[in-house]
Amino acid sequence: MPKTLAEKVYDAHVVRSAAGEPDLLYIDLHLVHEVTSPQAFDGLRAAGRTVRRPDLTMATEDHNVPTLDILSPIADPISRAQVDALRRNTAEFGIRLAPMGDRDQGIVHVIGPQLGLTQPGMTIVCGDSHTSTHGAFGALAFGIGTSEVEHVLATQTLPQYKPKQMAVNVDGELPPGVSAKDVILAVIAQIGTGGGQGYVIEYRGSAIEKLSMEARMTICNMSIEAGAKAGLIAPDQTTFDFLQGRPHAPQGADWDAAVAEWSTLRTDEDAVFDAEVHIDATSLTPFVTWGTNPGQGLPIDASVPDPADFADEGDRRAAEQALEYMGLTAGTRLRDIKVDTVFLGSCTNGRIEDLRVAAELLRGKRIDADTRMLVVPGSVAVKAQAETEGLDRVFLDAGAEWRGAGCSMCLGMNPDQLKPGERSASTSNRNFQGRQGKGGRTHLVSPAVAAATALTGRLTAPADLIGA
Amino acid sequence: MDAFTTHTGTAAPLRRTNVDTDQIIPAEYLKRITRTGFEDGLFVAWRTNEPDFVLNRPEYANASILVAGPDFGTGSSREHANWALLDGGFRVVISPRFADIFRNNSTKAGLLTVVLPEADVEALWAAIEADPALPVTVDLQAEQVTYGDVTVPFQIDPYTRWRLLEGLDDVGLTERHLDDIQAFEDARPAWKPKALPAV
Repeated sequence: MPKTLAEKVYDAHVVRSAAGEPDLLYIDLHLVHEVTSPQAFDGLRAAGRTVRRPDLTMATEDHNVPTLDILSPIADPISRAQVDALRRNTAEFGIRLAPMGDRDQGIVHVIGPQLGLTQPGMTIVCGDSHTSTHGAFGALAFGIGTSEVEHVLATQTLPQYKPKQMAVNVDGELPPGVSAKDVILAVIAQIGTGGGQGYVIEYRGSAIEKLSMEARMTICNMSIEAGAKAGLIAPDQTTFDFLQGRPHAPQGADWDAAVAEWSTLRTDEDAVFDAEVHIDATSLTPFVTWGTNPGQGLPIDASVPDPADFADEGDRRAAEQALEYMGLTAGTRLRDIKVDTVFLGSCTNGRIEDLRVAAELLRGKRIDADTRMLVVPGSVAVKAQAETEGLDRVFLDAGAEWRGAGCSMCLGMNPDQLKPGERSASTSNRNFQGRQGKGGRTHLVSPAVAAATALTGRLTAPADLIGA
Repeated sequence: MDAFTTHTGTAAPLRRTNVDTDQIIPAEYLKRITRTGFEDGLFVAWRTNEPDFVLNRPEYANASILVAGPDFGTGSSREHANWALLDGGFRVVISPRFADIFRNNSTKAGLLTVVLPEADVEALWAAIEADPALPVTVDLQAEQVTYGDVTVPFQIDPYTRWRLLEGLDDVGLTERHLDDIQAFEDARPAWKPKALPAV
């Protein structure tokens, strides 16, 4: 029977299947961070259980870590206690940890691919919803809760039901200045925050095939923002080239065996998806959000919508609440929205390619005098690479702040937060109320729009800068 | 996990869509390493900033059933959201559509999520707004929600229902199949990546 890519990966990991029960799915890689794991380790201890496969488990510190003064103890005692708990737990159970200051430290979804631990055809889980990022390699990767973290630690498996299959086809050439972030924001605006619920999304089509691994990670990362279980992309030469030579990638004869297997990881020609979505890449423009969920986005050429124009009562009410929270008036041109802060970073857009795109736009220029720009590399390795390329100087010379690696202002668990009423253009993944700080207002944007916005202080497309 | 069979209580109407887990409990409350005591973070921004917020109103202060609009529990995978709802006195959340991870976490934490069509949620909203003291019964055994003279059936997958009714721990159930897990591991290709030793 013809299968989709996701079905192939799923079926290859079924340990046990029985009528009337969920399948038991084997997990190839379990990524762990400080926030969603302490109660899971406590659960193991309380039940006298151990970690079944420490060698298939990798931990890092990312959510709480400060991005300034990173070699000193964390000032916030509650954050410090949580990070200390992770250090104790990983030491007790023999799990590898990349702590603050380590060359491998960084956002959990940046370091997995960087180390070559993320490979095609794997099942990967983490107590973090953006685990879908790893789907860019043709892995089935999804976020789990703390009870499931405990379950995976104890058994290296998870009870699962096979998800439904959705194809998102993106065909044609992306116009200049339009990036993977704009593609995924457009997808979410089209299908809604619940549109992917119950599905695994496979992103396909000529526009997807041309994307770099970094860009593919950006797209898969935000699958959860469309409500999907996971998102993935078939591995190809771009994937293999990215992986070859990375620390944990197979070598020699193993590499050949791996590539032979990975090359079979494609949706069969006559496989049937439960749902299909089509996006014309040539029609896309830079996309920005105006509301308080990631589905409330529009092309930057548009204006803030009028809630009265929404046919559905729930959508209308949501738009009214969003405009009130965001301090926006219907009809305001999106380009006229003034921001206080620009955040470049996160597991969505904190990789080297994202920093390069932004730096290119900022090179030799100064950001707007009233705007603060925070540049937070996704990992220590991304930071080091950027510094080798001189990107840190470009950001600093432009007046931006160059910080240490971590999740930072994506969710404000460290001191990097918006103040009440402050407005950001952010390359992160969620514009939820208060996500970046109590009372903070977030507009989700691509790295190119973030850089252009930093230069003008208002939401700006990179193309607007030409001749400006 | 506590078993869930049937629950009767009063219900609070949360007329909002896309209630994300950052609203249920903001990230700053996630720094704690305990599994209980999260009630102070439950909907804290709305409780603080909106005097008319439904859970600030005395007639809904003791509600144990939350009735919300579609796409409840979107966003972050934080199980703290489920714990906060339980700590805040809720045993059931009713919505036309839940985010997958939230719903899955609920089945582990012993919080029952009930999916009802939008029209039934609207009718329930109207009833509990008209009479906030109206008792609402959610019967997992019979798979139905009852209030006044209205009975609405709901569906839940039989396995999850059984686990909730019995209050069973997933890890214990999986440990019955350790032989299968071992056999699967023995057949895995040797080149599959390992995090240890560090390279």
